[in-house]
Amino acid sequence: MTSTLPTETMTGGSPATPAAPARRRRRHYPIKVQVGAGITLFFILIAIFGPELAPHSAAWVANTTNGTPQPPSGSNWLGTDNTQHDLYSALLLGARSTLLISFVAGAFATVLSVAMGVTSGYVGGVTDEVMSIITNIFLALPGLLILMVILKPLPPGDQNNSLVIGFVVALSSWAYGARALRAQTLTLRDQDYVVSARVIGERKRRIVIYEILPNLLPIVAASFIFTVIYGMGVYVALCYLGVVSPASGSWGTLLQTAQASGAIEANQWWWYLPPALCIALVGIGLALLNFGIDEIINPRIRSSRSKRRDVKFQLGLTPVVRPATSTVVEGEQL
Amino acid sequence: MPLLIRRIGFYLIAAYAAITLDFFIPRMLPGNALSAILTQMRGVVTPAQLASMAAEYGADDKQSLLSQYFTYVGHTLSGNFGLSLSHQETPVSTVLGGDLPWTIGLIGSATVVAFLLGTLIGIMAGWRRGGLLDAIVPVSTFFQAIPYFVLGLLLLIIFGSDLAWFPIGGGYDTTNRYVTYVQGWNWPYMSSVLQHLVLPGTTVVLASIAGWIVGMRNMMITTMDEDYVLVAAAKGLSRFRVIGIAARNAILPTISNFTLSISLVVTGAVLVEVVFDYPGIGNEMFNAITAADYPLLQGILLVVTFAVLIANFLADLAYVVLDPRSRREA
Amino acid sequence: MTDSVTPPAGTAPTVVHGPKREGTPALEARGLTKHFPVGRGKVVHAVEEISIALPEATVTAVVGESGSGKSTLARLLTGLIKPTSGELLLDGKPVGTSAKALRAYTSDVHLVLQDPFSSLNSAHSVGYHIERPLKLHSDVRGAELDAKVVELLDRVSLSPGAEFAAKYPHELSGGQRQRVAIARGLAVRPRVLLADEPVSMLDVSIRLGVLNLFDGLREDERLAILYVTHDIASARYLADTIVVMYAGQVVESGPAEQITDAPQHPYTQLLLSAAPDPARDQAPELRGSGSPPSLVNPPSGCRFHPRCPFAMAVCKEQAPPSLPVGTDQVAACWLHSPEHKAEADAVSAQI
Repeated sequence: MTSTLPTETMTGGSPATPAAPARRRRRHYPIKVQVGAGITLFFILIAIFGPELAPHSAAWVANTTNGTPQPPSGSNWLGTDNTQHDLYSALLLGARSTLLISFVAGAFATVLSVAMGVTSGYVGGVTDEVMSIITNIFLALPGLLILMVILKPLPPGDQNNSLVIGFVVALSSWAYGARALRAQTLTLRDQDYVVSARVIGERKRRIVIYEILPNLLPIVAASFIFTVIYGMGVYVALCYLGVVSPASGSWGTLLQTAQASGAIEANQWWWYLPPALCIALVGIGLALLNFGIDEIINPRIRSSRSKRRDVKFQLGLTPVVRPATSTVVEGEQL
Repeated sequence: MPLLIRRIGFYLIAAYAAITLDFFIPRMLPGNALSAILTQMRGVVTPAQLASMAAEYGADDKQSLLSQYFTYVGHTLSGNFGLSLSHQETPVSTVLGGDLPWTIGLIGSATVVAFLLGTLIGIMAGWRRGGLLDAIVPVSTFFQAIPYFVLGLLLLIIFGSDLAWFPIGGGYDTTNRYVTYVQGWNWPYMSSVLQHLVLPGTTVVLASIAGWIVGMRNMMITTMDEDYVLVAAAKGLSRFRVIGIAARNAILPTISNFTLSISLVVTGAVLVEVVFDYPGIGNEMFNAITAADYPLLQGILLVVTFAVLIANFLADLAYVVLDPRSRREA
Repeated sequence: MTDSVTPPAGTAPTVVHGPKREGTPALEARGLTKHFPVGRGKVVHAVEEISIALPEATVTAVVGESGSGKSTLARLLTGLIKPTSGELLLDGKPVGTSAKALRAYTSDVHLVLQDPFSSLNSAHSVGYHIERPLKLHSDVRGAELDAKVVELLDRVSLSPGAEFAAKYPHELSGGQRQRVAIARGLAVRPRVLLADEPVSMLDVSIRLGVLNLFDGLREDERLAILYVTHDIASARYLADTIVVMYAGQVVESGPAEQITDAPQHPYTQLLLSAAPDPARDQAPELRGSGSPPSLVNPPSGCRFHPRCPFAMAVCKEQAPPSLPVGTDQVAACWLHSPEHKAEADAVSAQI
């Protein structure tokens, strides 16, 4: 060894990059993320345990003679609809199909977008051209309308199959994520560490999975949440329009029957308001989560919290707002 | 310019794909499509209708699939979408012709408002980081996360039903017993139209404005970090002009983001029409689905698809005009 | 005395740059040319007809400014980029172009990159970075693998190796990351180590340590090292031979001290006069003005002629061959051509 300098001791490194794993850092999650995660988790639990918690089954009716929906009462917390089904139970039961299909759609869409986007970005050439055209076609065509035309004549048996419906819904939403992933893959492909991996002889497949994908995870996560929100919107729309009517009911079908029976004009709020609010809340919860992830990816766009009034904006300097007392790393000397 | 030509080429391919898809949809239906449609139809079918439907849906064995395809493409390109089943044999194109102005009016005005308001708010929010305007971001995300028509429903409930500030349906007042509105450019009619436009229009604006605001804000923040903005300020330009310089650059990616969301906006607006019983294409589609009026459905699908493609093209055009870099070859 | 490869009959002898040693060089490139297509029919003439030989246990420095093609040359030598023409020989045998051959080649040649902050993947630990080449090119596994990782880290003075192996790139300084990059290169047991500006982004105080590391590798591992840089002073410190590049071509090459003490090409002279020298009492006189040429439309004849204070008529018309100007030293300049001696003397007298 001919090095004339003393062996370098462990000294502090450069500031953390956003993609670095939080190995020995306590991450301070902004309030947005916590609220969003909380809401989402709440509804997921309802989706899982709903049918057990529902006081009545879907077929139960209060009585068979009354044709007018009843307002909330002690026995029916959310009242009844015009066929005297318990609306509280219907809400709980509907949660499962609504959320299940939304998440299935999100999962399928994410898998599709990763496969198409990353391959297209990394491989390039003719494959990229062809895949890009396909992606752009899916982007340009109004997915929901096509879905409506396709799904309407499906036999009822298929309409209960969450996987089938989820997959079809995913077909209308994967293109957005694929585009974003392709763009990011193109950037990452020329990064030095990818070049180094090729220099030591790593195979293409290994590079894509182990070098590029880990750095794409924030985008993949954001894309997943987006497709879940979108999938829910599409599925609820399909139910609302009467294109799909699952046997177990969903929030969308509740809205559909409500509007068809004139509940809005009759001011029977207990019928149409709860499903609408639930849909909105799930959407908000997921969106907050998504927004939080967005801020983690790009620290510059965080909005400042009210406590830090001393962060004044100056032209030419973009303050990166870091929450105070959040980074504790053992053994690091700066 | 080569960029535009490539885009046009792409749109032609997409349009072609849409037409082909439309052709195959009825033929992909499980079972015998024709009998399925017939059983879903209400009313009596005349022999003429039967024959035309048979030819339309491939039950007619006299033509091969390929020649059916070319006939179909030919019909589509000349605007012949067949006859609407639920409108007593009115040509689909006539039916759509009546609906299109309403939908375009709704989407067009809402998009313009959302664009103007959204970018302005976004610029301000991006410029004055911190403080009140930054709270806009979660609020607009709130609106963006709710499906379009649920938002419409909520607005309808609150403002139309409970508060009765605005009418709860229709394109203009058809229920007024005292006045009969005549369609045309007269004030009573137009004011009624405007009154009925408020709620559905607001829904579309609220649901889409978030995209403009957040997109513009984020781009402003990234842009203002650039050196040329610092130079502009250092040169002593008024704050207004510095903002203008930054905004002009920040708006470009926002416009290209808009092209991504056009099909979403159109789809959403279409659903909003159903909620508000607005006499546009969306409502027509809803009725067509219920009545299983396939020729009408196919026609709507094509019209909406072409509209989206045209809108995309216009946005691309705007981008090329605004960004001198894209006009030069790379 | 010029070394030349025996050319096919009828062509001018090709000058091969690099240190002159006995035996077959570890890596040799003959007539490497790379043209990058850009837009309609145009190409960037990045590297033009370069022949270079790297014997083992030597350091060859390639010096030039940005855009001279030196980075492209390094990448061409790794096989990552396919040359437009020319060939590579490893230990005298031509390198194949099949995927299998290229993979085998990666165990013989490694490239260390300039930016320590992006050459390591922040998603993986240091240990992972060192393990991968070991797994790819040897059968070492398990405890033996871990031991080897620690050994390599110690070799580049990152001790204790076991602790460093568990760290992530963002926890290391720039100098430490470069050492990890070098250790990764050593893991494949290469014959040739190519380094593209390895110390340019490091603090000046750390550079010496890394350069000495390269020095040690030359002696102990008997590596053939190519050191690409724009800093001619460090080239002189470390290298046996300096090759000076301009606009994609070699303009001068020879032993390091000779080149820096007595540069014979006007461009080398310009480079040296611009290098900071605390011992100099007068401000340097920079002979030659202008900026590097466009590589899409390079100047005719000698590519340096628009900037050259000694430009003659022939310089615009014909590209000069590499002419001998000293012991093992060549310069591609018409000033040293015996045919144009009279004109050359006249021009030099004017300056």
